[in-house]
Amino acid sequence: MYNDFAPILIFSVLSVAFIVIALFLQKILAPSNKGDLKSSIYECGEEIEIDARAQFNIRFYVVALIFLIFDVEVVLLFPWAVVFKDLGLVAFIEMLIFLGILTIGLVAVWRRGDLDWVKMEIPYALGRYANLDQAGSHDSAVEPGRD
Amino acid sequence: MIDMFELLAIIIKVLVVFAGTLVGIMIMTLAERRVAGFIQYRLGPNRVGFGGMLQPIADGLKFFSKEDVIPGQANRPLFLLAPLAVMIPALMTFAVIPFGAPMEIAGRVVKLQVADINIGLLYILALTSIGVYGLVLAGWSAGSKYPQLGGLRSSAQLISYELAMGLAIIGVIMISGGLTLNQIIAYQQETGWNIWKQPIAAFIFLITIYAETNRLPFDLTEAEQELVGGYHTEYSAFKFAMFFLSEYANMITAAAFMVCLFFGGWDVPFIDEAALGGWGVLLSVASFLGKTAFFLFLYILVRWTLPRFRYDQLMRLGWKFLLPLALLNVFLTGLVLAVKG
Repeated sequence: MYNDFAPILIFSVLSVAFIVIALFLQKILAPSNKGDLKSSIYECGEEIEIDARAQFNIRFYVVALIFLIFDVEVVLLFPWAVVFKDLGLVAFIEMLIFLGILTIGLVAVWRRGDLDWVKMEIPYALGRYANLDQAGSHDSAVEPGRD
Repeated sequence: MIDMFELLAIIIKVLVVFAGTLVGIMIMTLAERRVAGFIQYRLGPNRVGFGGMLQPIADGLKFFSKEDVIPGQANRPLFLLAPLAVMIPALMTFAVIPFGAPMEIAGRVVKLQVADINIGLLYILALTSIGVYGLVLAGWSAGSKYPQLGGLRSSAQLISYELAMGLAIIGVIMISGGLTLNQIIAYQQETGWNIWKQPIAAFIFLITIYAETNRLPFDLTEAEQELVGGYHTEYSAFKFAMFFLSEYANMITAAAFMVCLFFGGWDVPFIDEAALGGWGVLLSVASFLGKTAFFLFLYILVRWTLPRFRYDQLMRLGWKFLLPLALLNVFLTGLVLAVKG
């Protein structure tokens, strides 16, 4: 059985060697003129104001969590799918219950709005946009002195 | 134990497949620009060599001769690790894909496949998932805003579409009852191609491989107008080339994977390859390459004819359409098989 994986080992060694040789060649061939301005990050020529690793939208995190749950589901389905033909109806009903529970989870996440990406459509993500209608109306718009 | 004959066969196969992948990448980079040229009613690169044939080599040399700039704010070890984490899996995935009928040399059967492991499908899924780490690392390690946003976007996109892809593959495994591509191809040779039995899965899989390889209409990770280059904005010279090459390597593998799962792999319809001997092997390899080339051409065609999705549209398509549809496909496949069996 280990012999089956031997070619993959050779293949991976070859891939790594290819990349290492290429990087080495570049080290020899390419010029190197370092400078402070050159090693600054790209921001369309503007002065860099805040660190890029500051904050990002929490919805990426939520999506990753939902993915984890369903990915485990998919992993559990693989062995079941391989032997499905031999097990027949019983296995089908069992997996139906499993899939049913997870589908309820999907529906719950869906109803909660975690699969929506437009902020205006998610109740808990509205934040300062919640009172947009009142703030946007003409008489209360932009009073000087008020933030 | 491995004897000399087997060892030699393995080494030759590894070299052929590795070189084949690299040549495939070179042809793809050229074909993409030439086809794009013809679609946009212009010529494309046609000066280097005969009809532009040597253009990929010229590009390669240029990548070597450019200065490698690493931003000062970057996390250097991770900055170097990221392209490796993308490219090594991309090159290695092709190892389990069978590209022709078994060949007989000196009375011994040689499989035209680098490694026939019993978990071939899981191997492909696992390696393609490693690529996600590379994108996230590339985005984060540069310490710049565009890569950061691009890396986040692409990780969310890849994991969203991976689910639908995995569930689509489960339908195929259910009807063919095997985790290796050889078993799936053998099943298709007996009973006809899977595209007829799993059309929904094929449809989902076709869409998801576009998203998984970051190609238009799903190339939001490197949407030039908003994110410059996405996760590889700060990369230059050969490190940039590694992202670029692995994208094409992934495309080739995805197209070959699609062919193996739904279009019979190296199978030629209505012909018994084993009865034809050497010609049968040649025919099967040609059939496999032809089908793969078709899907690669489709990639290019789609890229230059469709506009890009908006991000909320992308997430809606992945989570609210493809995922339920894939679940439904698993359910229907199970129902039909359970009733029949």
